[in-house]
Amino acid sequence: MTSESIDIINAFALLTNFVILPALSYGSQLALGALAVTLVYSILRFSNFAQGDSMAFGTMLVILISSYMISRGWTITGIPTALLAIPLALIGMSIYLLTMDRLVYRHYRRIKAKSIVGISASIGVMFVTGGIVRFVLGASAQRFGDGERFIFSVREFKAFTGLEQGIAFKTSQFLTITLAILLVAFLFYFLQKTKTGKAMRAYSDNKELALLSGIDPDKVVQITWLLVALFTTIAGTLYGLDKGFAPQQYHLLLLPIFASVIVGGIGSPIGAIAGAFLVAFSEILLTYAYKKFLIYLLPLSMHPTSLVQLIGTEYKYAISFVILVIVLLIKPTGLFKGKVIVDE
Amino acid sequence: MAYLEGKNLVASYGVVPILHECSVEVEKGELAVIVGPNGAGKSTVMRVLLGMLEATSGSVKFDGKDISTLTTQERINHGLAFVPQTKNVFPSMTVEENLQMGGFIRKDDISKTIDEVYELFPILHEKRKQLAEQLSGGQRQQVAFGRAMMTRPSVMLLDEPTAGVSPIVMDEIFSNILDVRNAGMAVLMVEQNAQQALNIADKGYVLVSGRNEHTGTGKELINNPEVRKKFLGG
Repeated sequence: MTSESIDIINAFALLTNFVILPALSYGSQLALGALAVTLVYSILRFSNFAQGDSMAFGTMLVILISSYMISRGWTITGIPTALLAIPLALIGMSIYLLTMDRLVYRHYRRIKAKSIVGISASIGVMFVTGGIVRFVLGASAQRFGDGERFIFSVREFKAFTGLEQGIAFKTSQFLTITLAILLVAFLFYFLQKTKTGKAMRAYSDNKELALLSGIDPDKVVQITWLLVALFTTIAGTLYGLDKGFAPQQYHLLLLPIFASVIVGGIGSPIGAIAGAFLVAFSEILLTYAYKKFLIYLLPLSMHPTSLVQLIGTEYKYAISFVILVIVLLIKPTGLFKGKVIVDE
Repeated sequence: MAYLEGKNLVASYGVVPILHECSVEVEKGELAVIVGPNGAGKSTVMRVLLGMLEATSGSVKFDGKDISTLTTQERINHGLAFVPQTKNVFPSMTVEENLQMGGFIRKDDISKTIDEVYELFPILHEKRKQLAEQLSGGQRQQVAFGRAMMTRPSVMLLDEPTAGVSPIVMDEIFSNILDVRNAGMAVLMVEQNAQQALNIADKGYVLVSGRNEHTGTGKELINNPEVRKKFLGG
């Protein structure tokens, strides 16, 4: 910290590097997970507690396939092999989710079980899924990203701009944000414009009338699981490329994902995305240590001596919890008027 | 033989018997109304005709064929259409999307049928981009009719289409129903507002405890002193 003057540009660069970019990519990962939860809720009428562990399962498939590809030398320079493994992993994930539906959820759908029964069933699926992942890959953390780590690194950025504070743009961040935009655009196009997508919305709106209109419920449910497989696998892989893979970490992701869905309004896709970014930014803004940021902005006499961190990072999941509680107390339908969870 | 007929229908919900040898029929271009006190089994008749509830005995014939064993969806493919009493639109979808969903099972071009619905209910054309939940009660009922018409049915079954609407909207709905009948369809409806419904009906059935109590033209029933006293409030 050589300069004594107020330095807005460096302060902004610092914030971009440590808050904005990480929150954007974390928010995108949550958004994809939250969309999967909201889809299941809209069509199958239960909150899918297995979402976090399903993301771990999808990522596990990606890790297995990509490490095989690497061992055979089937890679493309610069591109994470994990990305190339996604299409195959998607097939595996789809089969897994459809099998779970056939073995577990279909029964409860047929007997028209209450939503809470679906939730309980999904908790069972959550434990089984998490168990399989730990059995196959072990419980410890691992990294599986290869290829180019950075779109541009701190050093390159500094050399290019001459700023004291650098910004790194990680490949995983770039991939996350790009893929999230593409997937969200695809989902909205699918739901708004295609006949199948409209049938899904119709089914979500009014099941009985959808049946009377000749919409096949089994097909709607299957397509829902295929979409869930797509979002889940990609969300999990992107999160893993960004932060590394650890089954427990994925399991815990359930909390911020549920918070996102409920903040935005359950059953509302736009709400899920908005909620995800709200949760991601709250988590990172509240756990970031602002000391260096304030040193850039404040005159020397006012420089902080402490870290100026509002909450320790170990409490980051509590933030999701607090947001969840506040929303449920003040506006239970969420920001975008979702459905209130009741049994019909 | 009538175009659609349910003959000697017996049905129950679990162990509770609802219908005892009840018969109804309706011809093309005819409006038949089922009236009767609460719990008489009016809606149950409709559910049996549609295959949403299985009859323990009796038969459902449509256009000369026995359709008793067909599923609801197969009956709809054959030309039956149903407008439920409540929740009869897709609220968060636009008027046009509601109509598209009505024609979901059709493989051919449905745009002509959509235009026909708009011709019958011009206000729907004006509001085609609006969500169904934003429409008034009467307009929503038009969407419900329109959705049911998308399969180009020859029989329309309506379950209490005027339940819970104001008298003005009720008149509007009845006039819609007459439009549908005049378009050549067979219309069978269950109604709470017996007086008004029998007024416009070609044929009426008074159901009591799952049995045909009185049958006749709308006029005959209105002028029948017993029906007047018991069901039309004197």
